[in-house]
This record gives sequence, C-alpha cells and structure tokens, in this order.
Amino acid sequence: MQKSTLLLLLLLISVYAFHVGQKRSQEIAQGKIKNLHSLPKYYGYYTALWAFLPALLLLFIWLGFESPVINHSVIETLPEESRSLSNDLKGLLINDIHNSLSGSAGETKPELKAAVEYLRDLKIWSNWLLSFLAVSFAFMGMYFARSRIRQGHRARNQVEKTVMWFLLGSSLIAILTTVGIVLSVLFESIRFFGKIPLSEFLFGLQWSPQIAMRSDQVASAGAFGAVPLFTGTLLISSIALIVAVPIGLMSAIYLAEYASLGFRSVAKPLLEILAGIPTVVYGFFAALTVAPFIRGLGADFGLDVSSESALAAGLVMGIMIIPFVSSLSDDFINAVPQSLRDGAYALGATQSETIRQVVIPAALPGIVGGILLAASRAIGETMIVVMAAGLAANLTANPLEAVTTVTTQIVTLLVGDQEFDSPKTLAAFALGLVLFLATLVLNILALHIVRKYREQYE
Amino acid sequence: MRQPENIPIPASFSRDQLQTVGDIFVENPRIQCRNVDVYYGEKHAIQDVNLDVGRNEVIALIGPSGCGKSTFLRCLNRMNDTILGCRVNGEIKLDGLDIYADGLDVVTLRAQVGMVFQKPNPFPKSIFENVAYGPRIHGLASDKFELEEIVEKSLRRAGLWDEIKDYLRHPGTGLSGGQQQRLCIARTIAVNPEVILMDEPCSALDPIATAKIEQLIDDLREDYTIAIVTHSMQQAARVSQRTAYFHLGKVIEVGDTALIFTNPRHQLTEDYITGRFG
Repeated sequence: MQKSTLLLLLLLISVYAFHVGQKRSQEIAQGKIKNLHSLPKYYGYYTALWAFLPALLLLFIWLGFESPVINHSVIETLPEESRSLSNDLKGLLINDIHNSLSGSAGETKPELKAAVEYLRDLKIWSNWLLSFLAVSFAFMGMYFARSRIRQGHRARNQVEKTVMWFLLGSSLIAILTTVGIVLSVLFESIRFFGKIPLSEFLFGLQWSPQIAMRSDQVASAGAFGAVPLFTGTLLISSIALIVAVPIGLMSAIYLAEYASLGFRSVAKPLLEILAGIPTVVYGFFAALTVAPFIRGLGADFGLDVSSESALAAGLVMGIMIIPFVSSLSDDFINAVPQSLRDGAYALGATQSETIRQVVIPAALPGIVGGILLAASRAIGETMIVVMAAGLAANLTANPLEAVTTVTTQIVTLLVGDQEFDSPKTLAAFALGLVLFLATLVLNILALHIVRKYREQYE
Repeated sequence: MRQPENIPIPASFSRDQLQTVGDIFVENPRIQCRNVDVYYGEKHAIQDVNLDVGRNEVIALIGPSGCGKSTFLRCLNRMNDTILGCRVNGEIKLDGLDIYADGLDVVTLRAQVGMVFQKPNPFPKSIFENVAYGPRIHGLASDKFELEEIVEKSLRRAGLWDEIKDYLRHPGTGLSGGQQQRLCIARTIAVNPEVILMDEPCSALDPIATAKIEQLIDDLREDYTIAIVTHSMQQAARVSQRTAYFHLGKVIEVGDTALIFTNPRHQLTEDYITGRFG
C-alpha cells in the first residue's frame, strides 16, 4: 500500500471514529445531553484523535527508521568484501542497488542482482507491515477512546488541549525553520571566516571573488572586501526609500483623509497591485526603459551616465516598495480615532494642520513600521539590481555609476560550477549572514518602535 | 431665578402637539437658531428647531437617545461639516452673524465656538503641547513665555494646574479620565472662545470627576456661554439655567431649568423627566 493511500485510509478511519465516539456518548447520555460533561461532538473528536494520532506517530517513526534499517540489512546480504568497504563507498553501493530497483541505472550488475531482489522484498514487506500496524493502531485507539467515554469524562478539555498542542507545533515549525536557516548559513560562514579573516571581509575595499579553480586558469587571487557591496546596497536602498517614502506616505494620506470612498475603493487595490508585479518584470522595466532614459537625460545635461546605474535600479525599486509604505501607513492613519480629528477640528485646526500635527504623529509608529519593512524589502531585493545596476563592485557614492549589492553578488557567486570548499562559494554564505543580520535588526527596530508607541492613543 | 410656586400651572400640552412651548427667545442672545433642519442623507434628523442661547448662561439639551440633541450641538460650530452626507438648512447666527453664510471661515468660527466631547480625546502629545496646540495654530502667543502663560492660565481655569504642574512634559493620555476631560476643557479655553459646546462631557467619568467638571462648568459661566448635552437630568438641573427638551428631532419645550424640572408644560417633557420613557 502506498503511504499516501495509507494516510487517506487513516483519515477515513478517524472520520468513522468520530461517529463512533459521538454515538457512544449519546447512548451514555440516555437522550439527555445535560448528563454529559461535554457536547457529543467533543466525544467524537476525542475518539477521532485517538484513532488518528497514534497511527500517525507510528507512520512518522516508521518513515524515520525504515531506510536505515533496510539499507543495513541489504548490506548484510552482500559478500564480505563489500561489507568491509568504507561508509562512503557503502553509500554508493546502496545507491546503485536502489537505482537498479527503480530501473534508472540501466543494466543491473550481476553481483548485485540478489541484493536488488532482497531490497524489493524488504520494501514490500515493510509497506505491508506498516499498513497493518497503522490500521490496527487506529482501531485500537478508537476502541480505547470509546471505552473511556463516561458521563463525567472531560472530552472537551482534552480536545482543546490537543488543539493547543497542534497550534504550538505549527508555530514551532516556522520558528525551527528559521533557526535551521540561520544555523546553516552560520556554519558555512564560519568556514568562510576560517579562510578569510573577518576584518578583511568587513573592512576590505576590494571585492573580486574570482579564484583560479585549476592551476592553469588565469584569474585574480581573490579579494573579499565586502565594503563596496555594502555601500552599493546602501546607495540603491537609499534611492529606493527616497522615492518610496514621500510618494507612499502622501498617497496614503490622500487615500485616507481626502479621497472619496469610490476613488479609494478603486485606487487602493490598484496601488497594491504594484506589490504583486514580479520583480523580474520590474527588472527589465528598469534595464530597458528607465536606464536608457536616465542615460539620455544625463547626456542632455552633459553627464556621463553608465548604462547600468544605481539610479535606475533605485528608482524602479522605489516604485516597487511604494505599496509597502502606502498600504501600511493608510491602515494606521485610518486606525487613528475620529475623536482625535474632531478634537483638532473643534479647536479650529484646518484639515492639513490636523493631519500634520495630530493624525500623522498618532499614526507614526505604523508609518515607521511600514518604512522599515519597505527598507528590509529593498535591501533584500535582487532581480532589479542584477538587471539594472550591473555587477561591477565599484566603491562609489555616485548614483550614476554601476554598483552591485550583497544579494546580487550572492546570486553570481552561486551560479554555475560550485566548489563548496572554495572561499568564493563560501563568501555567499557570509554575505547572506550579514544580510540576514541587517534585515533582522531592521525588523526588530520596526517591531520595537511600533510596540513602544502603539498604545498612546488607545 | 423665579420661584416655581409663584407661576400658575399651565395647561399640559398633549403628546400630539409638537410645537415648541416655552421661552424660545432671550434678550441679547449670543446664538440664534431659526428654522434649523438637519438631514443625514435621507434622514431628517433635526426638524425646524428654533432656539436662542443667551450670554453667560449654561443651556442644557436633554432628551432620549437619538433625539438629535448632539446633532444640533454639532451644528453650532459646524462640526457636522466633517460628516459625509450631512446637510444643514435654516439660519444659525453667532453674535448676529450667520455661521453658515458663504465665505465664512470655519476655522475662525471653531476658535470662537469650542467643543468638548463625550470621550476625553487628548492628543498623543504632552500635557503642555495639548493645551498649547490651539494657541499655536491661531498664533495667539508671540513668544514662548506668553505661550507658557496661556497654558498655565488655561490649566488653572480648568482646575487642573495644581495636580499636574510638575508633569507638564508627560503624555496627556497618561492622565485619569476626569483629568483628561479637564485637560480637554483647558485645551478648549486656551483659544479663548466665546461659546463652549459640551457633548455629554461626564458620561465616561466617575461621580467624583463628574462633580469636579460640574463645578468647573459653573465657574466657566462667568466668561463663557455653554451649551451642554446630557443624559443626566440631575446634572442638567445642577449646572444649567435653561433647558431645552428634544424629542424625535424637535425641540418640545424650552425654559428655565427650575421650571422645566418642577413644572413641565408639555406632556412629553413631563413623561421624560419623570422617567416614564427615555
């Protein structure tokens, strides 16, 4: 039986168990639900959970141990000389056997034939055993739960508790994934800093990560000073924020305070569509439309603009993050109580005075939160920069020159052939770590600001 | 004030008669309202209201919920302008000038007619900034010292100075409900208005804070004209000189507070103040 079929079967059994539990509780209640501690449906859930969860647990444990156990016993059947191989070679051998079984390895080597047969039998065996055990666990759980149903049995409390554990588990998955990502980046970064000193990475002014992979290749010796990348990121993000913050904030103010309901209901979704455009589309808009335009404009003024410029990337990125600023600001401006506006109007404040001096200060935490969110989005943005700002790691503050950013370099470092022990590849992880820390700090700052000032007008 | 027992008991007006009874007019009025109608979209919220408000008097507007007393109050400084679909017909004059005339500056009007709301609504700023806000936007103080003087005077007038003089830089929202409401009153009198409108100013406050505000209203009568909407008839009796009873968007009866509460002329007024409905 396939595992997905088994899962489906377990679900069906638990649906059945729900009815069994519900019916049992109704029998015990003798027609009066008041006699029961909980409503009959809770006894249903209780029985269903007992039918489903132990079987599911068994399934997971089985999946965890199945392949090591099977692989080990397959190795045991091999001749003596294979068994004495190193672990790596054993792994290769096992892979060979698995591939032969699935037919992707072409001809089966004659000396492995017996092992392949054995593996196939084991797998079939294991599957049937699992199915049998899981289904019997499900039924045993169901009958166990059914036998425990009494008039005073607190099924509701136990179901609620299970729900709580389930929710906790879900949030743990999200948190643990984050921790896992951080750790994987951290360990690779530590390996990188073993080869390149931290001070060179953080303070070096030269970025040129190409290293000769073979002795006959012509390449530079490699320089891993990340300062040009940091400044490039900073430059492009600043341009983006200079574009996005005023436009986003002002459109939020217009939408929240001045626009008619009809206009607002059309304009707000339209503005939010900006956030839904794939960044790659923004990228070629920047590279094919904005960059040549800026170049032409620069030429008219006698300025020499390179065809890939920080300005083009920054401008388009600014357009992209407008919705982050405007949508959040709009929500927070709307959340400012009408009574505060009334208070200002009643003192004779004009609409713009009211907005500037009362509404915006009251909504400031949300607005700052929106801006910081937009900033971390800008720092993490890759595609627009790849396409519009180039890859040259220039250390410059001139927005008309080509620059590159941290994310763009991560992409270039990891594209193509990889050697996972070369500093070139490992540098990507170090850059990722820096990026992660930067956006983490921004997000913590945003949360802190929002929390600190939130209650002021409530 | 006239003694109620000296007045002959008038015939009680029946419930069907919705003409205003009592003394609509006063000598030398501060506010005159003539044939005022207010519509919220299709809804006719205020119907043909005629009412005068005298100088240095406290007039209480009472009546069951939804009778239009708050709506009427908000007409007097054009706060209804901010409500979508609200239309005001008729004539409202402040010191003889039509406040709904074309070209009238709402900003100036609201500086003359201040308002205190049901729920205290201090700005999320410091206590000082809350009071200084009005004088600032109207340019009432020429320098910092003058501004501080206005703030102190207003806070003293509102009876709040002694409690908070050491905490002027603290947020206004950190005060207790009663203090917040007195801060809002201080904020209102800081712009030196002629009229103060109060929309159930004590409904969110405990009895002690309410007593303080009532005392304050009585003190403020020396310098200001006050119109107060209230659900508490005891409060109306304690603080006001005249009372107007609103019913379904109409003014049913206006007159001296003492008279209205001891000797209502209209059946509906009598029903309301004796607690038969509302």
